[in-house]
Amino acid sequence: MSSSTFVPQSAHFIVNKDLGRSAFTSQSLPFPVPKCKKSISKKVVSVMAPQQSERKPASTGSVKTAMTMTEKILARASEKPHVVPGENVWVNVDVLMTHDVCGPGSFGIFKREFGENAKVWDREKIVIIPDHYIFTTDERANRNVDILRDFCMEQNIKYFYDIKDLGNFRANPDYKGVCHVALAQEGHCRPGEVLLGTDSHTCTAGAFGQFASGIGNTDAGFVLGTGKSLLKVPPTLRFVLDGEMPSYLLAKDLILQIIGEISVSGATYKSMEFVGTTVESLTMEERMTLCNMVIEAGGKNGVVPADSTTFKYLEDKTSVPYEPVYSDEQARFPSEYRFDVSKLEPLVAKPHSPDRRALARECKDVKIDRVYIGSCTGGKTEDFMAAAKVFLASGQKVKVPTFLVPATQKVWLDIYSLPVAGSGGKTCSQIFEEAGCDTPASPSCGACLGGPKDTYARLNEPKVCVSTTNRNFPGRMGHKEGQIYLASPYTAAASALTGFVSDPREFLQ
Amino acid sequence: MAISSTSVAAAFFNSASAASNLKPSISFLSPPSRKLPSVSVHPILKSVISNARAISIAPRATPSATTTTGSFHGLCYVVGDNIDTDQIIPAEYLTLVPSNPAEYEKLGSYAMIGLPASYETRFIEPDEMKTKYSILIAGDNFGCGSSREHAPVALGAAGVAAVVAESYARIFFRNSVATGEVYPLESEVRICEECRTGDVITIELGESRLINHTTGKEYKLKPIGDAGPVIEAGGIFAYARKTGMIPSQSA
Repeated sequence: MSSSTFVPQSAHFIVNKDLGRSAFTSQSLPFPVPKCKKSISKKVVSVMAPQQSERKPASTGSVKTAMTMTEKILARASEKPHVVPGENVWVNVDVLMTHDVCGPGSFGIFKREFGENAKVWDREKIVIIPDHYIFTTDERANRNVDILRDFCMEQNIKYFYDIKDLGNFRANPDYKGVCHVALAQEGHCRPGEVLLGTDSHTCTAGAFGQFASGIGNTDAGFVLGTGKSLLKVPPTLRFVLDGEMPSYLLAKDLILQIIGEISVSGATYKSMEFVGTTVESLTMEERMTLCNMVIEAGGKNGVVPADSTTFKYLEDKTSVPYEPVYSDEQARFPSEYRFDVSKLEPLVAKPHSPDRRALARECKDVKIDRVYIGSCTGGKTEDFMAAAKVFLASGQKVKVPTFLVPATQKVWLDIYSLPVAGSGGKTCSQIFEEAGCDTPASPSCGACLGGPKDTYARLNEPKVCVSTTNRNFPGRMGHKEGQIYLASPYTAAASALTGFVSDPREFLQ
Repeated sequence: MAISSTSVAAAFFNSASAASNLKPSISFLSPPSRKLPSVSVHPILKSVISNARAISIAPRATPSATTTTGSFHGLCYVVGDNIDTDQIIPAEYLTLVPSNPAEYEKLGSYAMIGLPASYETRFIEPDEMKTKYSILIAGDNFGCGSSREHAPVALGAAGVAAVVAESYARIFFRNSVATGEVYPLESEVRICEECRTGDVITIELGESRLINHTTGKEYKLKPIGDAGPVIEAGGIFAYARKTGMIPSQSA
């Protein structure tokens, strides 16, 4: 290969890409774990994978191939010295998460494929979180939560956040709510690990510097039985966000800016790494917002390098040792995008696609029917704090129905207990009440994805909604002709106050 | 076994005189058993069994696009860009559990029901469980949005054999392959702009070719590659067992 003479690194790339391809198709030698014996056949303990010929350090003297964070995590999880984008590798999964929508189907596949009496690979590495369709009279939805409970009992699953009393969520101390926020709050997100979940927004956990990605029921069934998954190593796009974040912007604006830039398929099959001084200044919850919507650009995962903010957040949440990894200076990024955050303005994504970016002020003539604040994207404690800040600054009442759905029980508690800065000790709940918002609802995924017809705040009519959620495809929140404007909690609160899509600077300056 | 892979494929894909039959039925879509699940055996499991049998006698030395043969023939339904999983199967139907045979069938009956009213032709008639369109033609980024496996399952259960899109969202593509429910094929050009709902289509997998009999045009498809043998086997489990990656079920 002629290029190898002057670009040694790409020579590695080519060589290894070929290895990767043969890895997927050949079938010669075992994975470096004990072979399955008949005596333990009920539990699959080995996943056979083809041998890779030992890679010798290049004769040129190069002994190390630079890798991105995502590549390093996948290399470690697949017990390889290094991996390259495009390579298919069997990775060891650190945590598998599933919920009431995809859990029952995943368990069905697990039992069908591994046997009725099969045991999961590791009862302590599976986290099961009912959160989607909880507060509904839909019988099938209720049954699905029962299926989760039965499976967790049978398998003695360590982390199951159950709910039995649907009439009063607070009577269920184990119940958390929205899985992606609960995973972080309960200490299941750790730097350097691999987290797979049967939900596309599993990528949220990339905020902790881990590889986190959404998978389907069949892949989850496979992980349940083996603890492994065949993943293709994605190339990494780098997003450098520098500059001081203006006081009227939130991470939601940053990710809407990025998706608008690269489109809803701009990162398909790719990893998105967020770096820069702005990212370093973001809180964990804001980093979660950034990574949460990576899937809306088609991304496989998103990552933020772990730092002191990360470690501090994790201090009282996990005792599991973890080891963060970071992109090498020489790592290959097929594309790099740079943003001067200090110049950005509040944004929305217009119906019906998350990449239909517009300035909030450009949409000031769009009359709206309601506002929704909630979900894994925009239903965290800081999201409600942000909304409360706008209501407080305005001193006015909302002009349209404003629905508040805390992501988790912890968030709900924060809304009712934490004082809002500059309010003289008022809580979010008091400020929301004074502004005329609906009472904060029971924590769950709520109307972000429509759900059963009786879901709280579901768009059952073709209304216009400003929402802090993540998707605005046709029918997403219920009605096919409903129009959803995705926005930050600041912009959502400002819009609630005017009855039109509004720039929060109207109230925050 | 003396049977060649081609004849096996022919038997399984039941290549009835393709273009002559203008009332395409599900009987000559990919493996018929998969599309006509009986009540006694779970549909996906059944496909695993039948397809695993088919693949076991096919030469497997160098799995590649050339080993994926067979053809699909039927009417096509045409959609545009960025069809997300909420349009393929809206969230209110996600209470149906795909691994439950009765609910699998029901999921199929709701396939594509989330398309906006601008799609005047229904994908599935009101009282039907299955679609008469066995081939779905789409634009860019088909299946974006949620990771719900219900999406490819609903299409497969409705009787769709193949989707031909300009490109796919990653998780939809992966789920299609993992379940073996539908072939996620890619076109080289935007055939969604040149085909119309109801056109009669033949797809030749081996030649990576799509023929629109209504317009008389032919299109090249991108080779299905490594994913082909997995779908042919009936999904990732069947394939993993077949190739020795995981122990066989009887072990």
